Amino acid sequence: MLLRAKVIAIFGSLGLLVIVLELVRKRRLKEEYSIFWLVMPIAILVLASWENLLNTLTSLMGISYPPSALFLIGFGFTLLAFLHLSVIVSELSTENKHLAQQVAILRWRLERLENVDRGNGS
Amino acid sequence: MDVGNKVLVMILTYNEEENISRVIGGVKKHVPLADIVVIDGESRDSTVEQARQCGVFVLEVPHRLGIGGGVETGYKFAEEMGYDILARVDGDGQHNPEALPKLIKSVIDGRADVVIGSRYAQATGYRASLSRAVGIKLFSLLLSALSHQKITDPTSGFQAVNRDVIRFFAVDCHCNWSEVEAIVLLHQAGFSIHELPVIMNERLRGESSFKLGRAFFYMFKGLLSLFVGCLRESPRRRC
Repeated sequence: MLLRAKVIAIFGSLGLLVIVLELVRKRRLKEEYSIFWLVMPIAILVLASWENLLNTLTSLMGISYPPSALFLIGFGFTLLAFLHLSVIVSELSTENKHLAQQVAILRWRLERLENVDRGNGS
Repeated sequence: MDVGNKVLVMILTYNEEENISRVIGGVKKHVPLADIVVIDGESRDSTVEQARQCGVFVLEVPHRLGIGGGVETGYKFAEEMGYDILARVDGDGQHNPEALPKLIKSVIDGRADVVIGSRYAQATGYRASLSRAVGIKLFSLLLSALSHQKITDPTSGFQAVNRDVIRFFAVDCHCNWSEVEAIVLLHQAGFSIHELPVIMNERLRGESSFKLGRAFFYMFKGLLSLFVGCLRESPRRRC
């Protein structure tokens, strides 16, 4: 792999790692949702700095150009991260639906109680 | 009708100010002993005010919950308030309330756990749009095969169910309710389903929320939920 490509991959993944850690530190990203975003730059960092490992992986994957293998691995992690997010969004939307349904029923019960109360007061 | 049974009729609405009073009036006339709950998905017109003036219960749910989310709310409400029978009528006036006592009585008499009013069980002269007719035919064939019984009107929301089914959808079944998937879930859980022929009207007034693009989306969603549903473990019922 060309030195320039190696430097870009190492600094790029280091930059992403710092951003993710900073988001977790500021509590803008929860630890459980940061896992994929941490594993991905660490994997790219290791492969970009350990050339023999990258070359072995590249030939195992049947790819002739090492940076393509690096790109493919990064892309795979990104897809997994998006899938993980879709699962979280689905869970949140189900929880949100249950809450909205409960709020509707509780609001009706509250209004009924208030009406009874008003009736007793007058 | 047995007065010992607590009956709830739910009416789902979205912008139905032109129809809602007449629909509620029809239900009150034909099932005078039943309570009525209007489940409104954030109508931008006077649907909610009109329903309140009619003296029925009104639950307001966010529009994005859709029809399925609204129906689930009705099931949860019926379960929490201890109703024995839950019937559903659409807010657009397509379901003729005259047929409601027949549906409810069939459930009370134990003819089935779920009784569905079908436009196609007998020739009633109902004419659906082409896209809707294709969807209904497709799901009718699929559901009949999956539930081992003839289902002629899989998208009919004109239904009455008993207490066990109320409990199943309100508590036991952690699913996203849809007419099509509900039939498969009910069959898998061992509930009996019966279709009664009913005459349905064209919507009284106002605009239908049924659009071609959305129809394809629902058809795709329905097919996917049926396919994935076959791969899932059957839902359990407690009673």
